[in-house]
Amino acid sequence: MKPFTYARANDRADAIAQAADATYIAGGTNLLDLMKLEVMAPDKLVDINRLDLSEIGVTDDGGLRIGALVTNSDCAAADRVRRDYPMLSRAILAGASGQLRNKATTGGNLCQRTRCYYFYDTAMPCNKREPGSGCQALHGFNRIHAILGASDACIATYPGDMAVAMTALDAQIEIEGADGETRLVPIEEFHLLPGDHPEKDNILTAGDLITAVILPPPVEGQQIYRKVRDRASYAFALCSVAAIVKMDGETISSAALAFGGLAHKPWRDPDVEALLVGEKPSTDLFGRVADQLLAEAKGYGSNDFKIPLTRRVLISVLKEATDQGASA
Amino acid sequence: METTELSVNGQIHKLEADSRVTLLDALRNHLGLTGTKKGCDHGQCGACTVIVEGRRINSCLTLACMHDGDEITTIEGLGEPGNLSALQSAFVAHDGFQCGYCTPGQICSATAMLEEAKAGWPSFVSDDLDGPDALSDEEISERMSGNLCRCAAYPNIVDAIRQVAGRQVAGAKS
Ligand SMILES: Cc1cc2nc3c(=O)[nH]c(=O)nc-3n(C[C@H](O)[C@H](O)[C@H](O)COP(=O)(O)OP(=O)(O)OC[C@H]3O[C@@H](n4cnc5c(N)ncnc54)[C@H](O)[C@@H]3O)c2cc1C
Ligand code: SF4
Ligand code: FES
Ligand code: FES
Repeated sequence: MKPFTYARANDRADAIAQAADATYIAGGTNLLDLMKLEVMAPDKLVDINRLDLSEIGVTDDGGLRIGALVTNSDCAAADRVRRDYPMLSRAILAGASGQLRNKATTGGNLCQRTRCYYFYDTAMPCNKREPGSGCQALHGFNRIHAILGASDACIATYPGDMAVAMTALDAQIEIEGADGETRLVPIEEFHLLPGDHPEKDNILTAGDLITAVILPPPVEGQQIYRKVRDRASYAFALCSVAAIVKMDGETISSAALAFGGLAHKPWRDPDVEALLVGEKPSTDLFGRVADQLLAEAKGYGSNDFKIPLTRRVLISVLKEATDQGASA
Repeated sequence: METTELSVNGQIHKLEADSRVTLLDALRNHLGLTGTKKGCDHGQCGACTVIVEGRRINSCLTLACMHDGDEITTIEGLGEPGNLSALQSAFVAHDGFQCGYCTPGQICSATAMLEEAKAGWPSFVSDDLDGPDALSDEEISERMSGNLCRCAAYPNIVDAIRQVAGRQVAGAKS
């Protein structure tokens, strides 16, 4: 690890003032991993763990405000989350291990970086780590890489689970900027596609502090989080689907679908959801929905299998979500 | 250099160390508590699991200086020869190890895991998010998935944990 100076922030203003030339550390489970390998080498760390951001509260309209320092364990076990946003509990519990979830924070989880092998290996070219050096994954091992929204500069995926459920739930990210102003950003606009600048994972700029994630009031419908991975636990998603589907009698009245493991951000496609609304569930319909989702999908060799895999996982999730016999 | 006060197994230690020192290296190299093991040093194996402020964490992925004032329990604090904890005895009785390298992490992890289960926390395999009434083998395996065992003593580890869990968790939810 490269040497760095360490400072503990006492409150938000203190944190933001110190952060102009520094990197925040929360749980440290992603940042320290990358610092040990010198993939990241900040000169200064600002420890935000003592800030007052560990509460889960109810918003005026009956939604939920999850503080940025709420741990993944506490969020998954919170009564309101279990009852009203079960897919969020499920998504968090599908990630990492008990030990890691005890440390991982809501803000840090959103900002976790890709698990692309070449990003982690400083001997290899990687445009995300070292802009302009090339992308070794394009013609290398790319089993875990993107099939949607990738660019010639980078085909990495966003690896997290929590944010995929939050995307289906229309969460907003509350950010306090260097100017002291607080802004709300829809989660769909938070993570970026790689384009020509894969070094930028998300919209945060120097000093920006995530203070909370806001969930809208609970919505009706069946909530499912399905994760497919190389081993049954303690592994990242090859493909995951977060679905909220509401039935009105025999027809689907609304659908929200978000996908993990497929792109540089949790993937959501309004055209896919629109195909479902007002329709009766059928295998034929679900096939057309999968066609729409994967119309632009592209494999890079070792990850070609993700295209048929995603198709099957989506169809299976939609069957379960529209099964009138199933309980909510 | 950072000055940090750590309360380890009930004893206060003043640590003077570089900011880069992880909690794991502080315990082993600075305080001489070598029960806690280093496997991967990257959060992938669980050998370094200790209990901080009542919760199990990977001590390799946290800095010692981030824990000023925290209460830390390591395997040495759970019990010692002649005075073993229930889980330590159960691991001996069920042969829950071969080389023993992962064992301190397994036992610290299981100790805190049983508290999580008693508090009603669900897991990825729980049918119901209210949490399970009792810990099935599937629940134990899922909740312990952050602890790898290179010797694959898994069946005996599950046996040892089930024996202690049966006594503790069943009573808690009824
Ligand atoms: C072995 C292993 C397996 C894993 N498996 C999974 C998995 O299956 N699914 C999954 O989703 N995740 C998984 N993870 C990732 C884990 O969830 C993340 O490491 C964790 O959520 C990061 O949170 P943290 O608080 O530790 O972040 P940190 O490491 O502290 O920070 C990460 C980044 O976020 C920034 N940051 C943190 N808080 C804020 C804030 N409030 N405002 C602005 N910036 C901030 C930091 O500056 C840093 O750049 C795994 C990790 C490991 C090591
Ligand atoms: S896919 Fe992205 S992160 Fe991986 S090597 Fe290419 S540029 Fe780097
Ligand atoms: S040494 Fe910490 S998890 Fe492997
Ligand atoms: S007993 Fe050898 S690693 Fe578990």
